[in-house]
Amino acid sequence: MRKKIFYHILWIAALSGLLAGVAIFSLAIGSSGVSFRKLVPVLLEGRLTPEYSIIFDIRLPRIILAFAVGGSLSIAGVMLQGMFRNPLVEPYTLGISGGAALGVSAALILGLGRSMSVLSFPLSGMLGALAVMAAVYFLSLRKGMLKMQGLLLTGVMISFISSSLIMLVMAVSRVEDMHGIIFWIMGSLEEPNTALIKIAALTSLTAFFISYGFSVRLNALALGEDEAKTLGVNVEGTKKALFIMASLLTGLSVSIAGIIGFVGLVVPHFMRMVVGRDHRILLPASFLSGAAFLIFCDTLARTIAPPMELPVGVITGILGGMLFVYALNRKANIAEKGSC
Amino acid sequence: MLEVNGLTCGYVGRFQLEGINLKVREGEFIGIIGPNGSGKTTLLRAITGLLKAREGNVLFDGKDISGISPRQTAKNIAVVSQNPPPEDMNVEDYVLLGRLPHYRRFQLLEDREDLEIAHRCMEATDTLKFRDRLLGEVSSGERQLVSIARALAQEPRALLLDEPTSHLDITHQVTILDLIYRLKKKLNLTVIVVLHDLNLAGEYCERLALLDNGRLEVVGDPAEVLTYQRIEKVYRTVVVVRANPVSGRPCVFLVPGKEKREGTG
Repeated sequence: MRKKIFYHILWIAALSGLLAGVAIFSLAIGSSGVSFRKLVPVLLEGRLTPEYSIIFDIRLPRIILAFAVGGSLSIAGVMLQGMFRNPLVEPYTLGISGGAALGVSAALILGLGRSMSVLSFPLSGMLGALAVMAAVYFLSLRKGMLKMQGLLLTGVMISFISSSLIMLVMAVSRVEDMHGIIFWIMGSLEEPNTALIKIAALTSLTAFFISYGFSVRLNALALGEDEAKTLGVNVEGTKKALFIMASLLTGLSVSIAGIIGFVGLVVPHFMRMVVGRDHRILLPASFLSGAAFLIFCDTLARTIAPPMELPVGVITGILGGMLFVYALNRKANIAEKGSC
Repeated sequence: MLEVNGLTCGYVGRFQLEGINLKVREGEFIGIIGPNGSGKTTLLRAITGLLKAREGNVLFDGKDISGISPRQTAKNIAVVSQNPPPEDMNVEDYVLLGRLPHYRRFQLLEDREDLEIAHRCMEATDTLKFRDRLLGEVSSGERQLVSIARALAQEPRALLLDEPTSHLDITHQVTILDLIYRLKKKLNLTVIVVLHDLNLAGEYCERLALLDNGRLEVVGDPAEVLTYQRIEKVYRTVVVVRANPVSGRPCVFLVPGKEKREGTG
């Protein structure tokens, strides 16, 4: 037991160190040329210099948002993969991202962003995500018990439907609205509104701590739903709570930062290979490394081809996909060698 | 201690159990037998409350099981099912999951007592030596023993097993049933076991319940249940029943088709 706690703390410390390192790296790098060596003097000189303003008003908010979105998507992926006992499940494959994107597109077209408060996009995103989740849930619930395989297929179908609907929305919308939607869907962590960033950070941290309370029940669910029930777990209630949490996290992330694929799939999968399948360490490890991964990808996105800024979704897709293929191949090779 | 009263459950129009009555005494070793698809697993699921009764009820200590919280039921009854556990899980972590019903509110990590009990259960099943291995790395017989250790870690009063000996060689079949028998005696466990093998059932169980197509054909001691008339009726197969020369328990012999024509009577 003591060995296990030590192991957990060691991993959390190492990944926190990684996260801090990536964040500092990201603070110090950028097109405006506040270099790494200047970072400390700038901090000591205080708030009046333009460099200070670049670091704290432009780069830091972005890093905080990347932290929140990366962490949120990763733990949403962990929760969903744990529940479905399927490593291919993530907010994107279940149609939750699509639902959120549809909600935000609808809000964009209806002009809610101009007429109402800044919260209209996150709220419509979460609403879209919850609507999809509810649809998926009740469609498969009709047959009595909530069976995971049916849920998965329904989710994939709803994902198709909502992406078609987004295209429909774009087809009937005015050109400038369409540009807005396309730009937003490609994904960017540029967010001028600091209130939204604070909300995202707070939500992701709260959700992380709540989900950690479910970690043992997620471990039990790995044995199968019947087995979890015979261990005294309220399976239906646990699944509902996790679904709602994953939907809210995804809806919020998508509405602020657009569709950023692969984080929710690759990070939990990678962490499972590294720290093991125990959710008591998998959840914090995924949160920390997902945050670090997205901060890193966003830093690449804004510095790789200055003055242009690439959509962060492109970087996560390419980098995450390559990492994933590499890891899978390595695993297959090891398995082959092991069997010889 | 466990009472099944006029239980009807399952799916209307499809397979269902009908009008099952069964009383299980504390500390009894009872076997459920019957052909494939006769409802053995369904009956186990109903006893643990996984399947809701449409008519009748299941009582544990006189209380309807559907009114007992899942957590309390998990402290009363442990189940060793046929579903394979995840291969990439550590043996010790798996056994520790059996402590889950005993966790306090907000307890996330096993405490010293949980660990001691898990170790004791692994010792009792002779699985402590591979506690650090993954479940995918142990043989299927060893995995079955680990599953029993996990069930024991729940500190249940009743242990339900669904075909614990299927796909195992005779060494492991006897090891596992001997173990269950010893545990039953030592801990005064009530054991309900679904068995495919009629001879193992007759050898180890104090009473047998024979299911036929969702109905309970007969309940009684093995000599009463394992007669060639009953088996031929339920299984639609010609058999001969003789006593085991060592234990005196009934032993079922199959009669191959090629022998039947010569008429062994």
